[in-house]
Formats: sequence, C-alpha cells, structure tokens
Amino acid sequence: MGDTPSRLADAFPADRAALITYLMAGYPDRATSLASLRAAAGAGADVIELGVPYGDPLADGPVIAEAAKVAREQSGGFGLAESIALAAEFIGPDEAGAMPPVVLMTYLNPMMRFGLPGAADEMRRAGVAGVIVPDMPPEAARAWLTVSSGIDTVFLAAPTSTDERLAVVAGASGGFVYCVSSTGVTGERAEIASGLGELVGRIRAHTALPVAVGFGVSTPEQAAEVARIADGVIVGSAIVKRQRDAAAVAELVGELRSAVGGGEA
Amino acid sequence: MSDVLLPSAELAYSAPDAAGFYGPYGGTFVPETVVPALAELAAAYEQALADPAFTEEFAYLLRDYVGRPSPLYRADRLAEAVGLGAVYLKREDLNHTGAHKVNNTIGQCLLARRMGKKRVIAETGAGQHGVATATIAALMGMECAIFMGTEDIRRQALNVYKMRLLGAEVIPVADGTGTLADAVTAALRHWVERVEDTFYVIGSALGPHPYPRMVRDFQSVIGTEALAQLEEKGVGHLDAVIACIGGGSNAIGTFYPFLSALPADQRPLLVGAEAAGLGLESGRHGAALTKGSPGVLHGFYSYLLQDDAGNPLEAYSISAGLDYPGVGPEHSYLKDEGLVRYEGVTDAEALAAFALLTRTEGIIPAIESSHALALLPRLAAELGSEAVVMVTVSGRGDKDMDIVREAGLGG
Repeated sequence: MGDTPSRLADAFPADRAALITYLMAGYPDRATSLASLRAAAGAGADVIELGVPYGDPLADGPVIAEAAKVAREQSGGFGLAESIALAAEFIGPDEAGAMPPVVLMTYLNPMMRFGLPGAADEMRRAGVAGVIVPDMPPEAARAWLTVSSGIDTVFLAAPTSTDERLAVVAGASGGFVYCVSSTGVTGERAEIASGLGELVGRIRAHTALPVAVGFGVSTPEQAAEVARIADGVIVGSAIVKRQRDAAAVAELVGELRSAVGGGEA
Repeated sequence: MSDVLLPSAELAYSAPDAAGFYGPYGGTFVPETVVPALAELAAAYEQALADPAFTEEFAYLLRDYVGRPSPLYRADRLAEAVGLGAVYLKREDLNHTGAHKVNNTIGQCLLARRMGKKRVIAETGAGQHGVATATIAALMGMECAIFMGTEDIRRQALNVYKMRLLGAEVIPVADGTGTLADAVTAALRHWVERVEDTFYVIGSALGPHPYPRMVRDFQSVIGTEALAQLEEKGVGHLDAVIACIGGGSNAIGTFYPFLSALPADQRPLLVGAEAAGLGLESGRHGAALTKGSPGVLHGFYSYLLQDDAGNPLEAYSISAGLDYPGVGPEHSYLKDEGLVRYEGVTDAEALAAFALLTRTEGIIPAIESSHALALLPRLAAELGSEAVVMVTVSGRGDKDMDIVREAGLGG
C-alpha cells in the first residue's frame, strides 16, 4: 500500500521518532476534548490518534474505558458521528494546514452500524487520514478496504504474531504499522517489554512503512526508550488521564516530544 | 423414526465454512494478540476430532462421569396440563453439575490439556458454566479462574460458593451492569493478556471462530442421544423440538443433529425460546434474535441488541443465563434461513412454566429451561392436542430458589 501518498506516513520525521498522542473524543465533554486536541498539537504531537467512545472497549484498559463511558453518557451521547465531526473541526477547512494528521481509533461495530461506505465518506469529508480498528484483523477487513480509499487503515502487530501473520498485517497496513508492545490491554506499565526491539525488527522485515509502538508507554523515559527502537511512539492512557485539563496535556506532550528527540516543536 | 438416521442426499446443512462463517455470521473479530491463539486452537481442535484417543476419552467422561445418556422422559401429566399428545423432556438437568454446560467444559478442558495449557478461565452468568468449568478443572488438576458479574454473584450466591469449594478463583466484574456480557468482556481482556499460558473455556456457542462450532459439536450429544432415544421408544413422529436460547449452546446442541441428520421435509419444527424479560416492547429483555440487528460483539458477527451508535445495549432477564445482548452466530443464520423459529418468553411466562413442571412432574427446572417449557401451551394451540413435542430441560432449578421465592412462587 506504500505507493500512494500517505499523510500519516509523511508525518513521521526522518531524523527522529514520531510522537503519536491518543485522546478520547468527547471526554470529559466536547469543548474540553477539542481544547486538549489543540493543546497536544501545539505541544508537538506529530499524529493525533482520536479515540471513538464505545461501550465494549475490548482492547482498552481502565483509563480509556472509563473516559469512553464518561463521553458516551453525555446528553445526546458521543459516538462515531460526533467523533468525526470533532475531528473535522479540529482539522479545520485546510487539510494541508497546520494541524497534525488525525487517525481515528474505533471499534468495528460503530463503523458497521454507521454503514462502512457512509463512514468512509464522512471520514474523507472531515479530512481524517486513517483508522485503527483493534477488533478488525486484516482477514476481517475486506469489506472496509473496498470502500476506504484515501483513508489509511493501520493494522496491529502483536508479540504473539507469527512471521506469517506479520507479513499479512504489514502488507495490509497503510500509513504505519501499529506494534502492540506487550500482550494485554492499553494502559500504563512499569516497564517496556524486553522483546520489543526484536518484534519491531521482525515487522520491519515485512514493510517499508514506519513502525509505531503503543500499549504501556506512558512516561517520557519510556517514550525515549521506545524512540530508540521504533519509528513512532504512541502514548494514550497517560494523556487521557490529564485530558480534563488542556494545560496538563500540553505539559506532558511537550515532555514526551522532548523525550523522542529534537526538542523543538 | 426408524429411518431418520439413514444418510440422505438431500442433506444440505454444512455450516460453518472454514473461516467460521455461518452465512454472513460468525467470523473472527478480535485483537491481533489472540488471532494466532485462535488459529492454533482451530488446528488443535481439528486434530483432536480426528484422534480416537480424544473422542473416546470425551465419550468415556460423558458416560461414567456425567452419567450420560441423559434420560428422555415422557412427561404425561405435563402433556395433559398443557394440552399436547405427548411431551418428551431431554433431561440435561440430571447431568453431573446439574446442567448441559458440563458437556462442553469436558470437551474444552480435554483440548486445553492436549494443548499443554495448565490454566483455564471462563465467564459465567447463572454460574452453571462456572461450576462446570471449575469441576472439570478440579478433575484434571488445572488452575481455574472464573469471571462473574457482581449482580450475578448476588443472584447466584450458591454457585459462587460451589466454585470456590472446587478450588476456582471467582473474579468479580463490576463493569457495566455486572452481568454476563461484562463477564465475557473481562474474560476476553484477561485472555488477551495471558494468552500464552491460559485456555479460555467459552461457555456458549459464541465468541470468535472456532468457539461456536466447537461448543456446538460438544453439545450435540444432546440431540444425537435424543434422536436415538426417540427411535428406541418407537416415537414415529415428532412435531416440534424446543430449547431455550441465551448464547444458545443447549439449543444448538439439541437442534444441530436434527438439522444435519434429517432432510428438511422430515424435520420437526425447531423452536428457540429467547428471554422476553418484562415484554418484547418493554426495552427490558434479552431477545437479540427477535428484537436485535446484526453487529459485532465479543469477537463475532450476529444479531445483537445495540443502540444507534453501535454500542451493545444492556440485556435483561429474570434468568442470569439468558441475560445477554447477543446470541451465537449459528442461530442468526438459522433464523435468516428460516430453519429455526425464535420466540420471546417473558419472566412471568417462565415462572408459570417453572411452577407447572414442578407441580405436575416433580421436576424443578432451571429458570432458563423454564423459558423453553413456557412455549408448550403456545405450541398446543398451534399444533393441536395430538401433537408430540420434545423440550430440552437444560438444567435443574436448585440455583434459582431465591429468585422464585422473591417472585412469590410457593407462598
């Protein structure tokens, strides 16, 4: 998939690891989440991963699951449609503009409920660059991939993936490959898994796309460690924890940005 | 039914396909971390099926440990009370541990052992699957952890105590409504973390491939025995077969042999009883097939109770075992194909059927199974007073004493 231009792939700097920050759409409310998105962008995030609130977040740990619950319980609810509209406002009218590209992290059922072609249309209209769908492995993605041209679909590679599966995952991915650092759900961990370097190497053997590592990366020290191994560092729960306060988000993102290299935002 | 077991060229029922799809339903919609484990499981299951040592040990344990075959009992006083010609009860309530669940946990734990796993986990709603898993884990010397919603722990305290006696750790799940769907999610999350040393024993014919097929196959002993028993008893004609549906494992285990062994024109009417809770229009029920729409939950595509944004809705039933917003994918396929009919049964109807079987036959059924029994009067009205009907009594009602007492039965 590397032949077509990719806003996501292009957002990975040549001279240092990219910083990808996950924020939950609509948490704790729409206005605050928009302020936090802008704070993360202003503090140097290279890519924004925007989480779509969902009622059964199978791959997420307690911090993100709780944020999704709070977002959903607002009057009128907050789901895929509202998240895409939020992304559109954040990105603004100028797609080539100043904001980092947005990749939506959504579970599959909200997209199916919306209708896959309609979901793809809305995402394109909003300027969304890509999607990450944790419960949609490549074999389950055929219907989506036929309607999602112009949107990168980022697939996940796991420590349990065989080389054969890594070839499938890497071959199907657009934008970058999301490397899950360790088994389990999202959330903070005390240390980075010891086999991570080897896993990233095994993925790189199958693709020229950048490889970004997420799940369990929360501190600037961990981000620096992962930045030495991978092309991108994904931080989620640690940011979502601060999402009620845009200034706190900016502070952490700034520290993470310094940690991955090239202190200038 | 002397000729019913003969092979027929008209048999067309062959679901699922190699990827675990029943028509559009089923499949594998899970995080990548467990995809390799599911592939490994599917391969190990195929090998086990082809290995006589596995199938013989499964059959041996069903016979000498569970006490199979379970009787097919002609319930004459019940038949008279509901106005049918004859009612046959397939007595899964007489199994060791008191329900059909153990058929499946033996199969899966044998497979776990074969795959070298020493630790099993399971979700449970009413506690029957938890008890059945804890029982077989004790039998096989395996470590066992059971995920159970806090509301279900409250409703089914006796089963919680049993599981602990058997050596299992019961892990309370306070997320969501603290019921079965939350327990499944918690167990899946845990499995994603511990996939390398842990086998997830799913309790119903649902979840990602190959679980729905594997659970169906292990539970098919119900229908296979029933077909042979009907023949032994000289029951030449059967009008209908009923089973209750939560995830749908006792129902698919009952129906599948009828679907695979009989051509369509010789099959009895197959009817599944879903939980209609406080009524199908009340918004408080567990009737995914009757009131839901297709979607993905817990790793598979099937009918699902969901909101406009695709979030699973909270299910409700007086019965903890039917209190689930989804349903096994094969039932979705059978519904769309018109091969099985699905009807809702309310809490009140189930309680009335519970009381009726207890008083007419001296058999106290599980509140889940009572949903199946509640369809008997409806079928009598539809099929007439000469009709012959079989009902799978999936479990016994000891666990439900507090619930029926709260509901005011027995004074």
